[in-house]
Amino acid sequence: MKARIIITPKKAVVDPQGKTVQNALAQMGYSGVAAVHVGKYIEIDLAPGTDKSAAERALHDASHKFLSNPIIEDYRLEIE
Amino acid sequence: MNFAVLQFPASNCDQDAIHAIRLLGHDARYVWHKENSLGDASAVIVPGGFSYGDYLRCGAIARFSPVMQAVKQFADNGGLVLGICNGFQVLTEAGLLPGALVRNRDLQFHCEFIYLKTTTTDSPFTNKIPADRLLRVPIAHGEGCYFADEETLARLKANNQIMWQYADKDGNLTDAANPNGSLWNIAGVCNERRNVAGLMPHPERACETILGSVDGRLVFESMIAALESKLAAKAA
Repeated sequence: MKARIIITPKKAVVDPQGKTVQNALAQMGYSGVAAVHVGKYIEIDLAPGTDKSAAERALHDASHKFLSNPIIEDYRLEIE
Repeated sequence: MNFAVLQFPASNCDQDAIHAIRLLGHDARYVWHKENSLGDASAVIVPGGFSYGDYLRCGAIARFSPVMQAVKQFADNGGLVLGICNGFQVLTEAGLLPGALVRNRDLQFHCEFIYLKTTTTDSPFTNKIPADRLLRVPIAHGEGCYFADEETLARLKANNQIMWQYADKDGNLTDAANPNGSLWNIAGVCNERRNVAGLMPHPERACETILGSVDGRLVFESMIAALESKLAAKAA
């Protein structure tokens, strides 16, 4: 089982990386890009036999306390 | 006074902090991040650097060091804690200070002298700074853009917790004088209780004429004065 945590900057936080990538895409001629947000992707391999719902609870807790900073970031957790 | 200066793997302003305190005639010693106690420290400095390689987020790993539990307890008991640069990031990640520090708005690492306006002299970190005196101190950071949500910012203003703001040489809080895009030109804040403060600029690197400025001394002299008056009050 794998857990994937996708962390993105909150909308209210200035995201200069996203803006720079957006400008570069526009310069390269890729049109139709309205906004770019650069974040982080964390992949966690879960030990065999791990209970999915327990892992989900624990990883939400870890994401909130440590893997993301709720003041500046949002996260999405996927387990499969 | 006896200052404890924390040392994390990749702290690199710890020696500067020790040097600055000793220069002012007080004791300072290193406290390794694996230690559980701060001993008889009268104040704590969380120094600059790149603790734990800035992995995940600046300061995110350092806050779990054993010594940070001791710092939290020290702060809870009213002890003075000053975080400089990476130390500021560690203290925000640890929840000891409000807000967060993100990438500079121009994505550049800024290493230069700036001017700081002291927003309030009502604190153990600013009481010796004349109200109209600008501090000329260096910055050296890539992630020093201060952010707090609207509600937090309103609280900071209401409680007079904004301590230092980036200004031009005439003391104006202009956008051009803001090196990193910090909200409200904020360079440093304190907690509600006013015993924990953090700032991105480096006062410890501006304590000797040979280094280009002695303005940083005022921050440490403020802390020393606050500690001395606390001691005097206790003795009385």
